[in-house]
Amino acid sequence: MADELIFQPAARLAAQLTAGKISSVRLLQAFLSRTMAVDGRVKAFNSHDETGALVQARAADERRAAGRARGPLDGLPVGLKDVIAVEGQPLTCSSKMLANFISPYDATVSVKLKAAGAILWGRMNMDEFAMGSSTENSAFGPTANPWDLSRVPGGSSGGAAAAVAAGELPFALGSDTGGSIRQPAAFCGIVGLKPTYGLVSRYGLAAFASSLDQIGTLTRTVEDAALLLGAIAGHDPQDSTSFRTEIPDYRAELKKRRGTWRLGVPREYFGAGLDPEIGAAVKSAIEFYRQSGCEIKEVSLPLAAEYAVAVYYLIATAEASSNLARYDGVRFGHRSTKAKDTVDLYCQSRAEGFGEEVKRRIILGTHVLSSGYYDAYYMRAQKVRTLIRNEFVCVFRDCDALLSPTTPTAAFRLGEKSADPLAMYLNDIYTISVNLAGLPGVSIPCGFTGTGLPIGLQLIGQPFQEADLLAIAHRYEQGHDWHTKHPALS
Amino acid sequence: MKYEAAIGLEVHVQLRTASKMFTRVAAGYGAAPNTLTDPVVLALPGALPVMNKEALDKIIKAGLMLGCAIEPVCKWDRKNYFYPDSPKNYQISQYDQPICLGGTVEIELPGASRNVMGEHKKIPLTRIHLEEDVGKLNHGTGDSLVDYNRAGTPLMEIVSEPALHSADEAFAFLTSLRTTLVQGGISDCDMEKGQLRCDANISIRPVGETMLGTKVELKNLNSISFVRDGIALEIRRQSAVLEGGGFIGQETRQYDGEAGTSTAMRSKEMAHDYRYFPDPDLMPVKVDAAWQAQIRATVPELPFDRQRRFFEEYQLPYTITSVLVSDRELSDFFEETAKLSGKPQAAGNWITNDLLRELDGAKITLTDCKLRPSHLAGLLQLVEAGVISSTIAREVFAAMFLTGEAAEAIVARQDLKQSTDAGELEKWVAEAIAANPKAVAEFKAGKEQAINAVKGTVMKASKGKANPKLVDEIMRKQLGASPRPVN
Amino acid sequence: MSTKSDLNLEYVANLARLALTGAEREKFSRQLGDILHYVEKLKQVNVTGVEPMAHASPVCNIWAADTARPGLPVAAALRNAPAQRDHMIVVPKVVE
Repeated sequence: MADELIFQPAARLAAQLTAGKISSVRLLQAFLSRTMAVDGRVKAFNSHDETGALVQARAADERRAAGRARGPLDGLPVGLKDVIAVEGQPLTCSSKMLANFISPYDATVSVKLKAAGAILWGRMNMDEFAMGSSTENSAFGPTANPWDLSRVPGGSSGGAAAAVAAGELPFALGSDTGGSIRQPAAFCGIVGLKPTYGLVSRYGLAAFASSLDQIGTLTRTVEDAALLLGAIAGHDPQDSTSFRTEIPDYRAELKKRRGTWRLGVPREYFGAGLDPEIGAAVKSAIEFYRQSGCEIKEVSLPLAAEYAVAVYYLIATAEASSNLARYDGVRFGHRSTKAKDTVDLYCQSRAEGFGEEVKRRIILGTHVLSSGYYDAYYMRAQKVRTLIRNEFVCVFRDCDALLSPTTPTAAFRLGEKSADPLAMYLNDIYTISVNLAGLPGVSIPCGFTGTGLPIGLQLIGQPFQEADLLAIAHRYEQGHDWHTKHPALS
Repeated sequence: MKYEAAIGLEVHVQLRTASKMFTRVAAGYGAAPNTLTDPVVLALPGALPVMNKEALDKIIKAGLMLGCAIEPVCKWDRKNYFYPDSPKNYQISQYDQPICLGGTVEIELPGASRNVMGEHKKIPLTRIHLEEDVGKLNHGTGDSLVDYNRAGTPLMEIVSEPALHSADEAFAFLTSLRTTLVQGGISDCDMEKGQLRCDANISIRPVGETMLGTKVELKNLNSISFVRDGIALEIRRQSAVLEGGGFIGQETRQYDGEAGTSTAMRSKEMAHDYRYFPDPDLMPVKVDAAWQAQIRATVPELPFDRQRRFFEEYQLPYTITSVLVSDRELSDFFEETAKLSGKPQAAGNWITNDLLRELDGAKITLTDCKLRPSHLAGLLQLVEAGVISSTIAREVFAAMFLTGEAAEAIVARQDLKQSTDAGELEKWVAEAIAANPKAVAEFKAGKEQAINAVKGTVMKASKGKANPKLVDEIMRKQLGASPRPVN
Repeated sequence: MSTKSDLNLEYVANLARLALTGAEREKFSRQLGDILHYVEKLKQVNVTGVEPMAHASPVCNIWAADTARPGLPVAAALRNAPAQRDHMIVVPKVVE
């Protein structure tokens, strides 16, 4: 009975809550007991507030009983990557720096989810400050991939992806700066949506790289992504980069938008470095679309394919070096007890509070902005970024969406790439350019490797055309049953 | 050898806004520590900045007042450096695309004496940009305490060209700039509250030399007289170093106004590498013609322009105009009074003498004053028409100041009209002559001044209402003397 | 563009206010050298006349009206402070 509940899509759980077939408390208990059973091995949670969650679940049940339910999310538990602020809850960014930090305020997405009645209860593990592709860079230890506990769940939203895959949560919010939602979704066999830059408010999302960061969803199905996105999207006056745009009913649009889509396939995304098994799975997904009446076009993104990773690591680290300057041990966060003066206080607190990858990126970002290097590195990267965006603009004149693999390989082994940062960075080769261009992208399951590891198909959409993007993804999902498979975790 | 100084000022001015530059928590001075903060001010994880429209309006207005070019597009940059008063450890500022370029500040140098107008000069500005203020450090014996109330207050930085040549010019620059900004409603510019702060870059060079000497940055010039004294001291210090065969090293010095000394600052020794880059959290600002026009419509006449107009339009002397134009409200008060009464010179005198004295005595501002231009104009008309004497006018003025009643009403109620009734005056004079035999005898003996005692008695008897001119005539007639000699 | 030797780790670490151990210095020097070598490839791109892209979307004039709102109560503001006294944050004595 519990198994039936924990692996059901959120939309179906919502329907059962509405129909009175289950209660929110009962649902929460099912997820709680699943978490108790498996999280010792998966380690997806940094923390969770069981008592608070039960109070919220009871309140949701009472609202429903009184006929005042707040909509489909009312009473559904949702996990938040530990980088999104919820008043009164820890906000650690999986860093020793913020190990004891309690947020005194809500992120805009938290306000919206609370208003929709969702139960914000789990703080999901991640790579420290969202810097990584494996969730190994967490001060609280790595999360494991539920499909193979010796492998990484991807990152940086690895805890959120693993928890959804393992049935510990119906869905979760993550953040995606270069693939941090889509890549773990691919590795864990779930749906990961990174919306267009500016669609979802970043207010309350601890910044990694401000011009690239975007909050998005990790869900079991495309319909769930539509459901959750609808709850968090929309203009926010507290985020100057938030965009004013009409928010459609994404879930209702899934069924309405049934065009013969024009789908582009970037030829460079199928070259050297792509695991043949992944290539085959993605090609068969492309074939499905062709057979279902879509027009498939080969397109070319030479600059994106060749230079996106380099551009990304210059821009993202530069912005990060400045964004993370606030973690200094003065107003909050870890403070070294060794410091004698303020300079020492900064240097020691940051040395003790930050992990290795964060330090590495701060150093790189500081270097590329420093006197004498700005033009050669940062300015040039920004210009190439313009060219990469233009390349997408050009391709999208004839395409509604692009299809590609999400990752070059399936989930790798814990520790396999941690000694080689560059190899780790190259894992994001297909996802990064989407952030540089500010586009929406979604990864959906499209098969398994011979060893039983999930494979992700990436769909890239036009700016603010999430309704189309999700409708296209939904068509594939409707024709396949990958999303109904779950890890054994025995 | 003779040296000349080249001084450039960097003036930081807090804009008068209700909320902070990039978040809407209240901005203000004097609140209890850390009560004016929010996630943005404290740089909590996830907080994001949103521009304050009013601050943009105000800096555009300042730019227009000072004749700057308002740039069509400006952007925000992060200036990265670690300091405990800087919550984000970067300051949002404008690096290579400030909102205002160029412009000038007109200054007046001291005249030959207090009542003589001095030389005027226009000091060129480099730029004006907008940024955010930092918090405040309170230094204790063993540690420092940080209060972030001030952090994030909109701060305008005005940078002058190194075109000032003396401490007096710097003083005049700051005085004029402050007056202009206060009159534009841009800032209250209270230096005691840190609303206006000034750093000076000072170098000296042999007269005739065109290359600038090595500049020394002088900080902590936190009153307008410290600016003058600190700069004068630094010029003397540098001259002495050069005279002694030494050389000036580039450094930052802190001025101690109380002690009248300056010392090199330790923390500023290391060269800065601020790693400026465009702030990805804030979008650029585009100022179009419509926006500029809308602000331009709110720009008041500049003080010196107004002074020149007062000379021409009202033939007022320098001493009076310089008092008037130093205060926009006072100038407005004057102009309204002049218009209503048609007596600009009398209005100028009354306002700069009597009104200011009364305000000072009552410790109130002009805004809170019950006496309005219509009151004063009414009074001037009564004097002009001979309805009341100037002695009585002073009494009526004081009454109006207290009550805000019209002059006519006070005169009527207290029966203060000048008496011109010949019968009444004849009677008062006769009684006064009888009461002052000694003075009368002296007057008749040729001592002209002795008559004043008689006159005083008349005025006393009439409670000041007797028309002094008529009293004089009647008195002389009764004493058989010839009319008052004209001198 | 620069080469590996251009990274002055000590200078940059000081700017970033990060105390590094000898082992970290050695490791970062090598790894960041590799990364800087990798990004050299951007030199191949012709960027003449190309505008830099600082934001993902080209909007401007995003602001709010100057209306003050209540902020955080002091207790909430200082809730996470490592050291405080008299409602202020304590830091080692700052020498100016």
